[in-house]
Amino acid sequence: MLPGISTELTRLPGPLPVWHGVIDAADWQAAAIGVAQQGGRLVALWGSGGGDSRTPAVHAAYATSTGLTWLELPQAGSDASYPDLSGLFPFANRMQRAVRDLSGLNAAGAADTRPWLNHGAWPRNYFPLGDAASAQSMPDRGEVVDYSFVRVEGDGVHEIAVGPVHAGIIEPGHFRFSVVGEKVLRLEQRLGYTHKGTEKRFTELAPHQAYRLAGRVAGDSTVAFAWAYCMALESAAGCDIPVRGRSLRALLLERERVANHLGDLGALGNDAGLGVALAQFSRLKEDWLRLSRQLFGHRFMMDCVAPGGVECDLDGAGIAALIAQCDSIQREVQQLRAMFDEHAGLQDRFSGAGRVSPELAIRLGLTGLAARASGQSQDLRCEHAWAPYDSLAVNVATQSAGDVAARVAVRFDETLESLRLVRSIAADLPAGAVRVKFLLKRESARGAGWVEGWRGEVLVTLEVDGQEGEPRIRRCHCHDPSWQNWPVLEHAIIGNIVPDFPLINKSFNLDYSGHDL
Amino acid sequence: MWNIVKQIARTGRPTEAPPQASDELRVETDRIQRELLQILGQALTIRLVDAGSCNGCELELNALGNPYYNMEGLGIKFVASPRHADMLLVTGPVSRNMEMALKRTYDAAPEPKLVLAVGDCGRDGGIFGESYATCGGVAKVIPVDLVVPGCPPPPIEILRGILTAVRRVRSQKRVEPS
Repeated sequence: MLPGISTELTRLPGPLPVWHGVIDAADWQAAAIGVAQQGGRLVALWGSGGGDSRTPAVHAAYATSTGLTWLELPQAGSDASYPDLSGLFPFANRMQRAVRDLSGLNAAGAADTRPWLNHGAWPRNYFPLGDAASAQSMPDRGEVVDYSFVRVEGDGVHEIAVGPVHAGIIEPGHFRFSVVGEKVLRLEQRLGYTHKGTEKRFTELAPHQAYRLAGRVAGDSTVAFAWAYCMALESAAGCDIPVRGRSLRALLLERERVANHLGDLGALGNDAGLGVALAQFSRLKEDWLRLSRQLFGHRFMMDCVAPGGVECDLDGAGIAALIAQCDSIQREVQQLRAMFDEHAGLQDRFSGAGRVSPELAIRLGLTGLAARASGQSQDLRCEHAWAPYDSLAVNVATQSAGDVAARVAVRFDETLESLRLVRSIAADLPAGAVRVKFLLKRESARGAGWVEGWRGEVLVTLEVDGQEGEPRIRRCHCHDPSWQNWPVLEHAIIGNIVPDFPLINKSFNLDYSGHDL
Repeated sequence: MWNIVKQIARTGRPTEAPPQASDELRVETDRIQRELLQILGQALTIRLVDAGSCNGCELELNALGNPYYNMEGLGIKFVASPRHADMLLVTGPVSRNMEMALKRTYDAAPEPKLVLAVGDCGRDGGIFGESYATCGGVAKVIPVDLVVPGCPPPPIEILRGILTAVRRVRSQKRVEPS
């Protein structure tokens, strides 16, 4: 339900309010303006190829107070294009470039048309998600061309080029700093190094098996993506899952949130020179992962969320162990928080570093955890509380300073809140089955899964085709909130010194693999 | 400061007194340390190259530094440059976008250029396979000494793999023990 558009939208089945509609270019533009004026957000933008009597299309998903609206704009003819959205939503720039690289669809009037995911490893006229005919599986190598970074010129300005192979144990990407002395004048990121054809791979897997691939879109968000994928598949099939399975999914998601916050809080302390924080938090994280291994069979709970429910269960002893661990970790986290708060040197590094003001956050479309540290109270677990969150009354953690200190505070608050949620879910686990078997209908269908992962909202949209033979995936798009937040990091670093970059970067801890796909 | 000291004292040394399930691990890590010194006569330095992984393997590599595994205490260290590394540890189904960077990193590393491919993806491309965007396993791009399978392999398996690769060097006499 969007203001300003005339097209009738269809509600898709599923636990969250999701609407879909096929629109024309005028409505595409009107919807974008309407959402921007209403304070809604563009969640994702992607393309789909033609073939088999289908028209290629560009898709956009918007979040407003009424839910998620998935708009599809057909792109018939070789000269088709769609109106550029980057004027209203600046982060749409990279998504539009990715759509061009993967699907061959163009945003009319876009100022920046540099390739984004295509680094020259495949030809510019090969579109892996384009028409079936043009997307043969193994194209020739393309030509590696220089990427035109924006140059900063002036007296004493020089560039520092970092990556793609980074110095630490982190994912690959390239950062180009323009600095004068130690001060950063500009950062430009170049990503896409971990692009591994994930979305094309989806079309080669059976819908009931592809949840394993969704669980490997981003290793640190495996539960979030697997849940979103399964929600999309269940939505396409119009299937409900057992209440116990639903609760266990939420329990796994909150455990994933805690695991990541524990790891990052330690790393943040370490990046500011407090080594003991890393030792302490990494010890807690290891305890946490070991219990996951013991109870759910995998340290990161990969493949635990499966179509129709979950592939794990808890007995009385397991529940007791979970609750006891939440109690002990809570005590330790509170002690460590006191240690952080009282450490003047640490606070000096945290305060004011990498600041994103609430106004800037709104203008640039910052989302998720980082947005909550910049005064935005968005959190799907409250905005559209789906079961079991509708009965858990999640407290959204917010801060307004928008600096590293604020993001650290949000992580502490969210850790403690998720410990409460894990305890509450475990103590009140409904009886019954954890998983139900279901079949896709023998017709084309679409579904969407929308989940608040630890980094922010994760969206999976799925189109399945069941008309001939076995059902297959026609298109599966996975969206990580890092698409929105990477460009904001370029702003957050401006005016800070180079040695603070690792700290500021860690406070966002954005994803490469989930972004590059 | 007082709080920090208290916290450290309260925690004790998890490496020395691991939980019961980890007794085997402690024996294992002691042995690894002895062997490393015996074979290399020095610390082992490793450069990680994430050549397209989902970040799952990196989470486990980071875990190797926690007090339970205390990898640096064993004399194994991740270094910032391939020029300082005895071993390259490579994760991911090598993406075509990382292919050149991986080759150049390999070229930059000094002999013996030990290469450990970590994870199912590093072995053969894993669930991502081989495509317009990926080369498949690490061995498709640079010579690999040993593979540690798993998705992701748990930290102790990675440690075991590191030791096995070093041992293999001894048996092949690529490096003379001092």
